[in-house]
Amino acid sequence: MEMVVEVSKQAQGHENGVVYPSDNIMLDLHDLKKVYPTPKGDYVVLEHLNLQILKEEFVTIIGHSGCGKTTMLSMIAGLNPISDGRISVLGNPIKGPGPDRGVIFQAPSLMPWMTALQNVMLGVNQVFPHASKSQRKDIAMYYLDKVGLEGAFHKKANELSQGMQQRVGIARAFAIKPKVLLLDEPFGMLDSLTRGELQDILIEIWNKEKITAVMITHDVDEAIFLADRVVMMTSGPRAKIGDVLSIDFERPRTRKSVLEHDDYYKYRKHLIDFLEH
Amino acid sequence: MKQSVTVVQDEKGNFGTMVKDFAIKLIPAMPKWNGKTLVRKVLIPLASIILFVGLWHVGAKALYNIEADYKIQKALTDQGQEAADQMAACIASGDVSCQPNTLPSPAQVWTSFNTLIADHKAISADKAEFKAKTAALNATREAEGKAPIVYTGRPSFVDQIFTSLKTVFAGFLLALIIAVPVGVIIGLSTTLRNSFNWLIQIFKPVSPVVWLLLVFMIVKTMTKDSDSDSAFIISFISVGLCAMWATLVNTAMGVATVDKDYINVAKVLKLGPIQKVFKVILPSSLPLIFTGLRITLSVAWMVLIAIELLAQSPGLGSFVWEEFQNGAIDSNSKIIVAMFVIGIIGFLLDRIMLTIQNMVSFNKNATA
Repeated sequence: MEMVVEVSKQAQGHENGVVYPSDNIMLDLHDLKKVYPTPKGDYVVLEHLNLQILKEEFVTIIGHSGCGKTTMLSMIAGLNPISDGRISVLGNPIKGPGPDRGVIFQAPSLMPWMTALQNVMLGVNQVFPHASKSQRKDIAMYYLDKVGLEGAFHKKANELSQGMQQRVGIARAFAIKPKVLLLDEPFGMLDSLTRGELQDILIEIWNKEKITAVMITHDVDEAIFLADRVVMMTSGPRAKIGDVLSIDFERPRTRKSVLEHDDYYKYRKHLIDFLEH
Repeated sequence: MKQSVTVVQDEKGNFGTMVKDFAIKLIPAMPKWNGKTLVRKVLIPLASIILFVGLWHVGAKALYNIEADYKIQKALTDQGQEAADQMAACIASGDVSCQPNTLPSPAQVWTSFNTLIADHKAISADKAEFKAKTAALNATREAEGKAPIVYTGRPSFVDQIFTSLKTVFAGFLLALIIAVPVGVIIGLSTTLRNSFNWLIQIFKPVSPVVWLLLVFMIVKTMTKDSDSDSAFIISFISVGLCAMWATLVNTAMGVATVDKDYINVAKVLKLGPIQKVFKVILPSSLPLIFTGLRITLSVAWMVLIAIELLAQSPGLGSFVWEEFQNGAIDSNSKIIVAMFVIGIIGFLLDRIMLTIQNMVSFNKNATA
């Protein structure tokens, strides 16, 4: 309980002025700092970065290339050490990577020598060691089915197209039932048609599972379509949160209804104005 | 949108179909036949072979003439005109006693090849006959607890080939058993890699001959009281030690350079160290491990000949050396036959390794 109290105190001093009830916070980044030592002295990527993400919230993060978005995400994932400050999940500071934070990487990062099913099973076996083999297989197949790969269970990962590989990546991340889902520009290398398909698939599964999600993107429309809040980061060095925009569209959303909504262009203008300054 | 994908079932065919599959993969896919591929895939290679044999024939002829002229000239200066005429007549008659000893022509090599095959047939028949003759005797000897009588005649050329193959496979297995695990362990840790690097760098360039001597020193002492075949043990261990470095270095490099994405996935999923090695690191470094194994096998085959020659162990190497020292009229052409056999077997071994590599690794495009 002590931890939670502490978190709520920090929430009071939140620089965006929004105060959330502490037991509703899934992910808390407090005064985060990242320094890379270079021969010419330290390079500060992130500094005084504060961000709180609620349970069942979908947050997209947008900012210029090289501003430290990916650094921040890999710090949340535990793959990149924290220089200063703290990251906690449900009040517990993170210690290294773990399956409570599922990651969908920019490249699909599937093991090419395994089939689609084996790739998903790799994680499922790890997270549900006490379930029977058929139960674990059912979980893996359920999520592969959800991403539209019901016919490709036994295809080798390197025989799948980029888009299909990333679907497996989505299935793998959801199948381990993480508390937080971290997405590092997962659709960045796909063509725009495939990207749209995968956004629909992602949001469809997310609507069911409501896993807290943090997603990095370059795409303003993607950021608005998927998110409850869009977080804008200032350009580095010493990047921090520049602005936060709440997207108040009803869920479940369809692409059509979002595009036809009166506020859509207002949101879009807000984001583009921020990025152009 | 639904992707239309056909379900690929796990293939669990029986051993027979597996062997058939393997054989099919060993032979490169038949190209579509048209005029252009006919020229490229058949006529040009054929022409190159004919050109090679032709050049060889002309060269051998020229060397023969130089040697013959020298012999006649020598007879002339040493013993006078009459001896020179006799020598010329003797060479022209094809008599064995005065033939110039030089590079044999393709026709001579072909004749020797047939001789060797005929010799093998004769020896095999002899062996079978011996076995039939001694079968009854051996049965009674065995019943009495005595060692059976075995054939101790000269091995044929084909027997020598199989002896060499046996030695090379034993050496290759030894290299595999040592180099792959050590390579994995070294590859996993930068500290270990740095501390073992000097050892690898120093031992890698050591000549096969020196390895042989080292192994000889050790094995000689260790097999003092046993009646095991120490020549075979010495040669296969030397072959293994000479050849394992390529696998060791490649395995360590493969393990050290596993794609960072895969390592990140393993970290996020919190795979244990054993799972990480067997599910992620080893499969991902298989292509490099196999590249190392291919080099190891070809090095093993190459040094084998030299090692057999020195270790007095039977096989193609000692065949070549014995023929060279024999100095018979067809010795030179037999040596050339052995050269071709060694080359062709080396090539086949490499093809087999390449095929296995393509079957087991995810990187389907390994090339010769």
